[in-house]
Amino acid sequence: MTAGAAEATAVEVVDLATTPLRELNQRLHDLAGGAEGPRRWRVVNPNGAHAVACGLDAEVEVEIEGHVGYYCAGMNQHATVRVHGNAGPGLAENIMSGRVIVDGSASQYAGATGRGGLVVVNGDASSRCGISMKGVDIVVRGSVGHMSAFMAQRGRLVVCGDAGDALGDSLYEARLYVRGAVASLGADCVEKPLRDEHAAELADLLAQAGVEDVRPGEFRRYGSARRLYTFKVDNAAAY
Amino acid sequence: MADGNGRPWNLRESYLFDRPVIAEIQRAAREGIYDIRGFGAKRKVPHFDDLLLLGASVSRYPLEGYRERCDTDVVLGTRHAKKPLHLKIPITIAGMSFGALSAPAKEALGRGATEVGTSTTTGDGGMTPEEREHSALLVYQLLPSRYGMNPDDLRKADAIEVVVGQGAKPGGGGMLLGHKISDRVAAMRDLPKGIDQRSASRHPDWTGPDDLEIKIGELREITDWQKPIFVKVGATRTYYDVQLAVKAGADVIVVDGMQGGTAATQDVFIEHVGIPTLPAVRLAVDALTELDMHRKVQLVVSGGIRTGADVAKALALGADAVSIGTAALVAMGDNSPEYEREYAKIGSAAGYYDDWQAGRDPVGISTQDDELAARFDPKLGGRRIANYLRVLTLETQTLARACGKSHVLNLEPEDLVALTIEAAAMARVPLAGTDWIPGTTNPL
Repeated sequence: MTAGAAEATAVEVVDLATTPLRELNQRLHDLAGGAEGPRRWRVVNPNGAHAVACGLDAEVEVEIEGHVGYYCAGMNQHATVRVHGNAGPGLAENIMSGRVIVDGSASQYAGATGRGGLVVVNGDASSRCGISMKGVDIVVRGSVGHMSAFMAQRGRLVVCGDAGDALGDSLYEARLYVRGAVASLGADCVEKPLRDEHAAELADLLAQAGVEDVRPGEFRRYGSARRLYTFKVDNAAAY
Repeated sequence: MADGNGRPWNLRESYLFDRPVIAEIQRAAREGIYDIRGFGAKRKVPHFDDLLLLGASVSRYPLEGYRERCDTDVVLGTRHAKKPLHLKIPITIAGMSFGALSAPAKEALGRGATEVGTSTTTGDGGMTPEEREHSALLVYQLLPSRYGMNPDDLRKADAIEVVVGQGAKPGGGGMLLGHKISDRVAAMRDLPKGIDQRSASRHPDWTGPDDLEIKIGELREITDWQKPIFVKVGATRTYYDVQLAVKAGADVIVVDGMQGGTAATQDVFIEHVGIPTLPAVRLAVDALTELDMHRKVQLVVSGGIRTGADVAKALALGADAVSIGTAALVAMGDNSPEYEREYAKIGSAAGYYDDWQAGRDPVGISTQDDELAARFDPKLGGRRIANYLRVLTLETQTLARACGKSHVLNLEPEDLVALTIEAAAMARVPLAGTDWIPGTTNPL
């Protein structure tokens, strides 16, 4: 697309085959604090590059056409980043706010340590999805791998498919919703009743993620038994 | 016949089962939990005390004390960062968390460091506004727990330190016991108040050196390649860890020996995991030298630095700077005899107090109790830190001048000899009065 055409559609197009990643990220960073500049961006030829559109701090929309490597949209603030492809490890790690959406699947640690915002994976997420999450909401259309929501502190993880082994190991106050089978629960993670308020928040999260073909009533809720919150010798086997 | 304590001479204490061992076995049997404490390793290990500097004489001439210049400035992060850290002295304040320490104590560290032109460091718990405000140069730690991690703070920092481990507990995570989790600490860490809080031992989003390289790349991108990126490791397989950290792109390597302090760790971990600072410096310098990266990637050494002699010897072995943690707390009044009565009330004594995990610190440093914290004056604490840092610097200069050096970084291994065979082997400097370095072939 030529520069003139980009202007006509009000979308700034950056081709990572010809533009250094540094230049793309710097231009996106320069929009922080309400600075003048394009609000809609399209990134082509990402070819698995790492750290694409990380550290954004502006209300912009970034569409990435293709697969990305590690840490896409890391530490995102306010921006909406959509990956039309698959994402490598650490998608949207430590996200603070905004939205990160992946059309395909995501590798390990998707949404790790996120403190706010929404992460949507329309395919599957791998192991340790939502590890150490601290307030982010994560919706996975497919399944998640083992050790997902390990030491998860706050926020909600919604899995429309299955969960691998040791779901929610050493969980704190995050709430987990899984529609399919859970291979096993980790230490201190237990199933809890899905009450009306949970169905309501689940319906809201599914709607935000654009998931329309599943119902909240099909999910089971998991949370912390809070038995490991203080060190006790009788729990020694769990340490 | 009786000894000074009134015990008859025929009583013989076991070397293996001495009184502290007996007390610990009985405590473990009573409480059913391992001993968690603060401070660093208390056992005797080879250290800088086992080295001596060779002052100038006929074959070398000294610089005139107080008259001839002996510079102390050091620049950290010259490899990739657009804005390296310019320090006036080669002594920095190590990472200690708000949570482990009170907010006024963190403020005092910032005040003191700023007064003498050096940096201080956040810790496992995020950056507090007080700390940022009072620290002209602040290193922001990225830890496995990521408590309080925030890109705004990342951008506010003067450098970023990726913490892989610390000397007190290489391979171990952190721990903050419930009585130190105040409302503010809980909110900063996104955790419920009052729980015993675990910190992970491994980073949540990378594993191994290849991932670390990509992680560092992300941090550089987020901060537009402005900030130096440090990698901190606890001293264990130091030679390999340093080489891998350099390969991963670190601007600065921080190596923390086993004497390095902690706010709360199992005693068994503190005393039995990791290697002393002395061999760690040598291994780190060897690793950098082999890669032709010595002085290009700067080396910061910590773990048991107390005096200008420790500083001078660490620099002579090849470090670019040192960090202090325990000594900084002591400088601010920790373990002061002034509080002898208060220590006695909590079953301890000045000079022995290591229950930094308990939050009952009479001096008001390692606590989140508002009343105790109010005893500590951050301005006075800052002044003491500044005084202490100045003394360390003057002592280091004194020793460097005696060795004929116009910059403290000009100290070199050739200025050192060892007092013990162990120290000679570990630091790889000759045993005093010989040309013998155990474990190496003699180049002479």
